[in-house]
Amino acid sequence: MKKLHINTSINGNSAEFLCDPDATLLSVLRDQLNLTGAKEGCGSGDCGACSVTVNGRLVASCLVLAAEVEGAEITTIEGMAEGEVLHPLQKKFLEHAALQCGVCTPGILVAAKALLEKNPDPSETEVRFWLAGNLCRCTGYDKIINAVMDAAAEMRGA
Amino acid sequence: MQYAAPETTAEATRLLADSPGTARVLAGGTDLLVQMKFGGLAPDLLVDIKNIKGMRDVTPEDGGFRVGAAVSGAEMGEHKAMRALWPGVVEAVELIGSTQVQGRATMAGNLCNASPAADSVPAMVAANAIARIAGPDGERDCPVQDIPTAPGKTSLQKGEFITSIFFPARPDNASDAYLRFIPRTEMDIAVCSAGVSLTLDTNGTCTDARVSLGAVAATVLLVQDAANALIGSKLDDSALEALGAACSAACNPIDDKRGTIEFRRDVTAVLAKRAAKIAQSRAGERS
Amino acid sequence: MALDHDTKRDFKIIGTRPLRPDGIDKVTGRAQYGADQSAAGMLVAKMLRSPHAHAKILSIDTKAAEALSGVKAIITAADFGDMRKGEAMNVRDHIMARDRALYDGHGVAAVAAINEATAKAALALIKVEYEILPHVTEIADAMRPDAPVVNAGFVQENAPKGYSENVVSAHEFGHGDLAAGFAKADKIISRTLKTAATHQGYIEPHACLASMGPDGRGELWCCTQGQFYIRTLCAEILGIEESQLRVTASEIGGGFGGKTTAFIEPVALVLSRKAGHPVKMVMDREEVFKASGPTVSSEIDVKIGMTKDGRITAGQAELRYQGGAFPNMTNWLGAQCAFAAYDLEAVNAIGINILTNRPKQAAYRAPGAPMAIYAIEAVVDELCEELDLDPLDVRLKNAARKGTKSSYGPTFDEIGLVATLEAAKIHPHYAAPLGPNQARGLSCGFWFNFGGNTSVSLGINFDGTVGITEGNPDIGGSRASISMMAAEELGIPYDKVRTIVADTNSIGHNDVTDGSRVTFAVGLATIKAARAAIKEMCKRAAKMWGIDEDAVIWEDGYAKPAGQNAGEFEPLSLAKIARKSANTGGPIAGHHEVNADGAGVSFGVHLVDVEVDPETGFTKVLRYTVFQDAGKAIHPDYVEGQMQGGAVQGIGWALNEEYIYGADGKLQNAGFLDYRIPVASDLPKIDTVILEIPNPGHPYGVRGVGETSIVPPLAAISNAVSRAIGVRMDQLPMSPPRVLKAIKGAKG
Ligand SMILES: Cc1cc2nc3c(=O)[nH]c(=O)nc-3n(C[C@H](O)[C@H](O)[C@H](O)COP(=O)(O)OP(=O)(O)OC[C@H]3O[C@@H](n4cnc5c(N)ncnc54)[C@H](O)[C@@H]3O)c2cc1C
Ligand code: FES
Ligand code: FES
Repeated sequence: MKKLHINTSINGNSAEFLCDPDATLLSVLRDQLNLTGAKEGCGSGDCGACSVTVNGRLVASCLVLAAEVEGAEITTIEGMAEGEVLHPLQKKFLEHAALQCGVCTPGILVAAKALLEKNPDPSETEVRFWLAGNLCRCTGYDKIINAVMDAAAEMRGA
Repeated sequence: MQYAAPETTAEATRLLADSPGTARVLAGGTDLLVQMKFGGLAPDLLVDIKNIKGMRDVTPEDGGFRVGAAVSGAEMGEHKAMRALWPGVVEAVELIGSTQVQGRATMAGNLCNASPAADSVPAMVAANAIARIAGPDGERDCPVQDIPTAPGKTSLQKGEFITSIFFPARPDNASDAYLRFIPRTEMDIAVCSAGVSLTLDTNGTCTDARVSLGAVAATVLLVQDAANALIGSKLDDSALEALGAACSAACNPIDDKRGTIEFRRDVTAVLAKRAAKIAQSRAGERS
Repeated sequence: MALDHDTKRDFKIIGTRPLRPDGIDKVTGRAQYGADQSAAGMLVAKMLRSPHAHAKILSIDTKAAEALSGVKAIITAADFGDMRKGEAMNVRDHIMARDRALYDGHGVAAVAAINEATAKAALALIKVEYEILPHVTEIADAMRPDAPVVNAGFVQENAPKGYSENVVSAHEFGHGDLAAGFAKADKIISRTLKTAATHQGYIEPHACLASMGPDGRGELWCCTQGQFYIRTLCAEILGIEESQLRVTASEIGGGFGGKTTAFIEPVALVLSRKAGHPVKMVMDREEVFKASGPTVSSEIDVKIGMTKDGRITAGQAELRYQGGAFPNMTNWLGAQCAFAAYDLEAVNAIGINILTNRPKQAAYRAPGAPMAIYAIEAVVDELCEELDLDPLDVRLKNAARKGTKSSYGPTFDEIGLVATLEAAKIHPHYAAPLGPNQARGLSCGFWFNFGGNTSVSLGINFDGTVGITEGNPDIGGSRASISMMAAEELGIPYDKVRTIVADTNSIGHNDVTDGSRVTFAVGLATIKAARAAIKEMCKRAAKMWGIDEDAVIWEDGYAKPAGQNAGEFEPLSLAKIARKSANTGGPIAGHHEVNADGAGVSFGVHLVDVEVDPETGFTKVLRYTVFQDAGKAIHPDYVEGQMQGGAVQGIGWALNEEYIYGADGKLQNAGFLDYRIPVASDLPKIDTVILEIPNPGHPYGVRGVGETSIVPPLAAISNAVSRAIGVRMDQLPMSPPRVLKAIKGAKG
C-alpha cells in the first residue's frame, strides 16, 4: 500500500504524517503521533472514547480515515488545557468525581466541550442525549452530568 | 487499497467506473469503516466525495430543497428551513447514531448502505424524495424508494453515485413525521419504524398521504393501503385503526436479535398511528 | 487476626472529598492505559479464532503465514507448557484451543508481525481444518443426558446424577426443616426464573505489552485487576518461575471482575520469547465479547412460603448456572447469597454448574449473587402482592440482623440491612405518587466482601511527606482513599501523601482487586503500616528528647510526651522527626503484610420507579434510589460512584443486556450496538443514601462497597415492571418484545 502524505493541524500545531490509505485518524493519532488520549473502546463508533473534533465537528476518530483530514483542523483532549490551566470542564470533572476508571473521560470531555460551544446553556436532558454516544460503564453518568452542568454554569458566569 | 478525493463529479464517476476491483463511495464513512473493520469488507478503492463542489450544500429549488450527498446529519439538523418544510425527514436523519456519528453520517450514505432499518429512508420514501444520480452516461433522477433493492444492494450501476437528493415543495397544510422503535433511547438500530407524510384540506381532512415502514421487510415498504386508510379521514380512531391494520398486514418481518416477527407487526402499527398524529398536528400548525 | 474494636469515630480527613491524585492525568489524556504503551522494536500480535462453536481441530498449517514478509512468530497451543491440572490449565486452554475449539471465538493460533496489517494478513494465510461437532449453548440442553459433551473430565463427586457430563458440580447450603416450614405457610409460590449472560462491558479492551528474552526473563505491562495473579498464571502457563517475570499494571479502564484473569498476556509473552522482540497485543471489541469472560446465565427454581402476615416460613432454591466450557465457582457463591438477606428457620439452596460451548465466565461484580437474589426477591415480591402486604414491611419483618444464622452458615455480626430498609421506608421516594402505567419496585442486595493477602509499604520522606506503595490496581479512586487513611492515621494533610500502585517486584504479594477488598484490606494494611511508622517516629522523638520511648505518644501528627512525668518538651511534628531521621537511626518506614479477614458483609436496598409503554413494552426508568451500608465511607464521592455505577449496570442487565447465541452456536451481538449497555439518555439521576454501620473488622469500620450495588437492580426493576403491567415477569432481560408479549398474554 502506498502511503499518503497528509498535512493537518492538531491542537493548533501543524502536523504532517504519512499514513496508509485505510488507516483511521484514531490509529494515526495514537500509534504515530503519540497522542494516546483518545482511546479505542470499540473501533465501530459506538463508545465515543475516541472523540475528537475535525473542523469544529465532533466525530469518532475511529470512523474517520486519516487520509480525509488533509488541511483540516483537529482538536484532541491533549489540546484542552492551556498549559497549567485546566479547562472548566476538566476542573469540574475532578471536583465532581465524574470519573472512576477514567478511560471514557477524554472522549466525554471533548464531546462536552463541543456541546457547550454550541449550546452554552443546555438542559440536563440535552446533555444526556448529546453524550449518548459516549459510553461510561463505571459511573452511571450521574456525576458526569452534574459536572457538565456545573461547568456550563461557571462558563456562562465567566 | 487506494483513496481518492476527486474535486469533480466527472472525475469521481470516472474513478468509480474505471476501477477494476471493488470501488466504494466514501461519504461519512460511518457504515463503510465499520464494515471494513468488522465486516470483512476490503475495497480496492475509496472515492471520497466530500471535496466535490456542491456536495455539502442544501440549496432551495422549486420551493423544495436539494440536499448534497455529503451533507452530514448535523448540518441537516442546523438547516431551519429544511426542517420547517420536511420535519419528519430531518428528525429521521437526526436519529442516526450519536452526536459523533451525526458529525459525519449522510442521508445518501444511509440510503446506499441499503439497510432495511436505515432511519432516513422511510422518511425520504414518505416524502417522495428523488435522488439525482451521476454516472458515466451522465445524470439521471430516481425515486428514493427504487434505490435499495435488497439488504446491502442498490440499483446503482457501476460508476454511478448519488450527488444529491431532492425534497419537493409542499402545500402549507402538509407535514410529515418519523418514529422508530429502539430498546434504548439512543445508539440503537431501528427494530421497526414508520414514516408518514400527509396533506390536509382546510377542514382537516386528509387529502393525500404516503406511509412507509422500515425494518419490517427486505427493503423499506411504501404502503398504499395504509395511505388509503388516512385519505378522506380526519385521522379519527377508526382511520387510525385501519392504518395500523394495513401496516401490520404489509409487514413481512423476520425474527432476529433485535426483535420478533410478532413484536414488529404490533409495534409498526403503533408507530404508524403515532407518527400520523404527529404529522397531523404539524400540518395543522403550518396551515 | 484479632478484631479491632477501637473503631475510630472522630475523623478529620475520612469522610471528606479531596481530589484524586490521578485525576489530572485522567482529564488531560496523559494517563497510560493498557494500550497506551509502546516499546522500541515492538511487534503487533493478533489471534486467529475459531468460527465454530464446537469443532475438532484436525490440522493447523502455518507455513504460508510464516513465509509472509514481516511475520516474526506464530504460535499455537503446542507452544504452551503442558501442565495438566488446576486453574492455570483452564485459563491456558480457554485462551488457546488444544485439540478442540470449545466456543465461537476460541483462539487457535497467534501471530506477531511488524505491524497490524501484516499480522492480519498472516492470520488469513493460516489454514485450519476443522471437523464440526455438535454444540450446546443453553443450560437445559446441556444438562440432557444425551447432550454433546463440552469438556470431559470435570465432573466432581457432588455433581447431581442423571444428567450429562456437562453437569460438573453442585454446592448446597442451608439449615432447618423445609417441610415443616412450608407446612406453616399460608401461601407458597414456586417459580422458575431465568437470566441471560451479560458482560462486564468495561470500555477499555484487554491490552498488554510483553517483552521476554530467550532466558525466560520477562516484563509485562497490562491492564489487569491483579498484577500478581497475572504473574502467577503466566509463570505457570509458560513454565517459568515467578521471579522471572515482572508485571506492571497500567491504569485500568474498567474491570468489574472481568480483568481478574488472563486472556492475552501469556500469548504475548510466548510470542515475544519466540520472536525476540517486545510484542503488543490488544483485543478488539468483538474479541472482548467473544473471548473474554462474561458472566453466567442462569435458570433458577425458587419456592418460598409465607404466612398471611408476611413471615417467610421456608425458602428453597435450585440454581443452575452455565459459565462456558470450563468449571467455575459461581454456583457456589450464588447458592450462598440467594437467601442471605433473610432470617429463616428453614432454608436450602443448591447451586449447580453446567458446561456449555461458550467462553469461560469470569467474575462480574458480586459473581453469582445478582441472579440468585433476583430470583428470590422476585418471588418474595410476588408473595407480597398476592398477600397484599407492603414489600418493605415484609423485608423488615424477615431481615437478617446481628445474631441471625445466615442462610450460608455463619452467624452475622453487626450488619446494616435493617438500617437500609428503614432508611428506604422513610425516604420521600417510597411515598411519592405514581402515574398511569407506572409502578415502584424494590429489592435487597447482599455481598460478602473479601479481605485477602495484602502488602503495603509506607515511607516517611526526609521532607515530611509520605509515599505509599501498594499492589492493587486502582479501579475507582482507591489511591485517594488509601492516601486519606494514611493521612488520617498520621495526622498530616491529605496532599502530603502520595500512593502508587507498584509492580510485582516492588512490594510483597497482593491478591487481585476483587471482592470489594481494596479499601478494606489495603486500607487496613495502610493503617497498620502507618501505625508501625508512628511507633518508629515516637521512638525517634524519645531519642531526640532523651526519654523512654513508652513515654511518647502520637497525636494529630505530632509526637508528644505522654504526660507530665515524661517531661516538658515541645511536640515534634512528623516533618521535624523526618528531617532529623538520618541522624536518629536512618529512614523511617512502616509496612504491613496480612491475610486480612474481618471483611464485613454489606447490604443494600434499591427503590425504582418505572413506566412501561403498554403498546410497545418499552420500560423507562423514572426514578432510582440506592441505599447501602458502606461501613464507613472513606471518600463519599467514590462510594456514591460505586453505588451509582453498580445500579446502572444492573439496570442494563434487567432491561437489555444479553448474550444472544444463534442456533449455530455463534454469538450474534459481539459489539456495543447490539449488546446494549445503558447510555446517558436512558437514565434518570441515581440518588444515593449512604449508611454507615461500622464493620468491627476494620479500624475505621470500612466495608467493601463495590459489588453489593449491582445485586438489587435486577429484581427491583423486575418487580416494578411486573407491578406496572400486572403480569409477573420471570426472565431477564425484560426487553420490549418480552414485556409486550407478557402484556398481550395477560390480555388473552
Ligand atoms: C454507532 C453507529 C450508530 C448508527 N446508528 C444508526 C441509526 O440509528 N440509524 C441508521 O439508519 N443508521 C445508523 N448507523 C449507520 C450509519 O451511520 C448510517 O447508515 C449513515 O447514514 C451512513 O452514512 P455515511 O455517510 O456515513 O455512509 P458511508 O459509510 O460513507 O457509506 C455507506 C454506503 O453507502 C455508499 N455511499 C455513500 N454515499 C454514497 C453516494 N452518494 N452514492 C452512492 N453510494 C454511496 C458507500 O459506498 C457505502 O457502501 C449507525 C452507525 C454507527 C457507527
Ligand atoms: S473507539 Fe471510536 S467510538 Fe469507540
Ligand atoms: S469512568 Fe470508567 S468508563 Fe467512564
